[in-house]
Amino acid sequence: MKKLSARRRHPLAAVVVLLLALAATGGLYAAFAPAGKAQADDTAQSLAIDEGKKLYSVGCASCHGSGGQGTTDGPSLVGVGSAAVDFQVGTGRMPAQQPGAQVPKKKVIYNQAQIDQLAAYVASLGAGPITPKQSQVDPSGADVAKGGDLFRTNCAQCHNFTGKGGALTDGKYAPDLEGVSPKHIYEAMQTGPQSMPSFPDSTMPEQEKKDIIAYIKTVNGDDSASPGGLSLGGLGPVSEGLFGWIFGLGGLIAIAVWVAAHTAKAKKS
Amino acid sequence: MSTVTDTQRKAPAGERVADWADGRLGIYGLAKANMRKIFPDHWSFMLGEICLYSFIIIILTGVYLTLFFHPSMNEVVYHGPYEPMQGIRMSEAYASTLDISFDVRGGLLMRQIHHWAAVIFLAGMFVHMFRVFFTGAYRKPREINWLFGFLLFVLGMFTGFTGYSLPDDLLSGTGVRFTQGAILSMPIVGTYISMFLFGGEFPGTDIIARFYSIHILLLPGIMLGLVVGHLILVFFHKHTQFAGPGKTNKNVVGMPLLPVYMAKAGGFFFLVFGFIAMIAAIATINPIWALGPYRPDQVSTGAQPDWYMGFAEGFVRVMPGWEINLWGHTLVLGVLIPLVLFGLVLGALALYPFIESWVTGDKREHHILDKPRNAPTRTALGVAWVTIYFVMLIGGGNDIWATHFHLSLNAISWFVRIAFFAGPVLAFIVTRRICLGLQRRDKEKVLHGRESGTIKRLPHGEFVEIHEPLGPEQLHTLTAHEQYKPIEIGPTVDENGVERKPSALQKLRARLSRSYYGEGNQIPKPTAEEYKEITSGHGHH
Repeated sequence: MKKLSARRRHPLAAVVVLLLALAATGGLYAAFAPAGKAQADDTAQSLAIDEGKKLYSVGCASCHGSGGQGTTDGPSLVGVGSAAVDFQVGTGRMPAQQPGAQVPKKKVIYNQAQIDQLAAYVASLGAGPITPKQSQVDPSGADVAKGGDLFRTNCAQCHNFTGKGGALTDGKYAPDLEGVSPKHIYEAMQTGPQSMPSFPDSTMPEQEKKDIIAYIKTVNGDDSASPGGLSLGGLGPVSEGLFGWIFGLGGLIAIAVWVAAHTAKAKKS
Repeated sequence: MSTVTDTQRKAPAGERVADWADGRLGIYGLAKANMRKIFPDHWSFMLGEICLYSFIIIILTGVYLTLFFHPSMNEVVYHGPYEPMQGIRMSEAYASTLDISFDVRGGLLMRQIHHWAAVIFLAGMFVHMFRVFFTGAYRKPREINWLFGFLLFVLGMFTGFTGYSLPDDLLSGTGVRFTQGAILSMPIVGTYISMFLFGGEFPGTDIIARFYSIHILLLPGIMLGLVVGHLILVFFHKHTQFAGPGKTNKNVVGMPLLPVYMAKAGGFFFLVFGFIAMIAAIATINPIWALGPYRPDQVSTGAQPDWYMGFAEGFVRVMPGWEINLWGHTLVLGVLIPLVLFGLVLGALALYPFIESWVTGDKREHHILDKPRNAPTRTALGVAWVTIYFVMLIGGGNDIWATHFHLSLNAISWFVRIAFFAGPVLAFIVTRRICLGLQRRDKEKVLHGRESGTIKRLPHGEFVEIHEPLGPEQLHTLTAHEQYKPIEIGPTVDENGVERKPSALQKLRARLSRSYYGEGNQIPKPTAEEYKEITSGHGHH
């Protein structure tokens, strides 16, 4: 030992110790690490999961935990499924900007390929609702009238009569559904984001979801007809009353002022 | 007015028709008495005309709508042109409203004119009423006419509400359910009235037909009578006018009914009709096709009434859900208190003229209007009332405020609760200060003239602004108002030394009277002596 201790101040001593330590850890890991699959998995799915995990570590892990287990700042993502990720990230709600009553819709910062990778990673954490295929959400041929009935029964309480949105308690709200893609509406129903209840296929079959999507697109889409003229936001009597007071009565009072100012004069002025 | 002097001529056709009518109706006498009746000219006197004309427009378009509307709650399956309702079960009332909107020629436009005119009618009455209030036009002899106007406003609210309910859509059905809840909250009689009104349990099969009779016959009939009475009284009392040179409490300065006012009023009717038709052609109102038929199991929290019922909605929305359970009976204070407040807030408006004349002891006739600033306490009370009303409108639309201004619904409710108590007090104080400030400004203008904006430099270097003295017309207008003395209780001991004890009511009256006219509650207007002294040429002020 004396020999060893005499060289402990040798310039290369630290390097040697480091090498020994590394070799020990590496050896121990090789001995005890779980075996996993024997052959290297290089399928597209596993690549997507790997890429997704990288994206996750950068964009999501600070709130949802390094393994999706959740922290005090964000819920666990185990079992939320790829549909939830596709909805939350695809509408820009996630990554959240700041904590608050509700996370708002905002600019989407990932492209669809990245969203799919994130979804694949989160889906790998535990089984959950799966991102729907295009054919599942396509509203063409669906029954609009039945969708309307279903909408009024299940959705109108919070989203207003035609999906214009409404207020919930303490700053939470049900958002306006105008311009939301069929896929995202479907996923929202499937997963129940934030305050929304979920409507899994067991309570609301796929066809009924399509009907609802078709109804929303018909009455609250970009090209919805408004047979009566300006829709005034479609918010009902509050905006109508405001319009009636400001433009209706306001205009008539302006006319009254004009008429009163142009009267027959006894003397020429 | 013909200049032909030939007595042998055959009278022209018009004259012969007039003679014929005069022989049977006595129109010459009527015309002679009324054709030269004078009306004063001011834009704010035309607010009532806006109401009258929109009322006529509502009746005209309403008659058209009755031709196609089926007031029935029989269930039918829709097979009309509006695709999102295909195959949906709905009441005949709702189906016929869809037909009016999509099938009947001009139906949608008529519906929208009818509804927009109603919104404007009520808003017009509100503004008209406050024009009358703030200028003190309700004082003797016009108290009865104030009540007529008040009744028209309240009946207008309920006519509007029943009309809004007729299409039997999801929005108005929610409103009817709300009303039933308010009725049920009345102790003892509530359940009986509800059963009587709905012909059984809610919603039953009668309510639309009953609302139909109320909406197209009962209430408009009463309103039409009140409108006629209102106009007869305006004619009989003559119109009020603002103070000005040559205008006294005994005359009316303005233009004759014929030809000037007939032309102006007739023209204004068409302007109002045209303008409302234009609004109706531009903007949707109550798109019932988007709302769906009423079903008691469907509801949206985004349901509001039309604006004139919005303050009642506000009371219910912000009221805490208190209730008392006694001996198996529930008293729902969360709805009953709003219902009582609804009555009190409106009732205060009806009674105000009588309260004021009791407080001030003023029983004389008034035909000259007050400037709002010259009656600070009244003006402040009016603004306080309007504050309560609009604070409650915020409460009634709290969900829209929450979503559009990114606020918490609960925070808005608390704001409205606090503002219901604090708002009117604050509004009262602020308004009175502003009124007194304006009175001071008037006094300053009378005594020192108008600021001309011309700056003069005096030889010793001082800069002064030249004040131009007002002309006699302006001086008269600014000093025409009367200033009252507060009522005194008088000596509590009479000349014989007998003590007289004033009642609590007398004391209250004296206190209120001081708050109207006491020291510091009105600025003494400049006297002739003050004016002479200042304008006699000594020194600059």
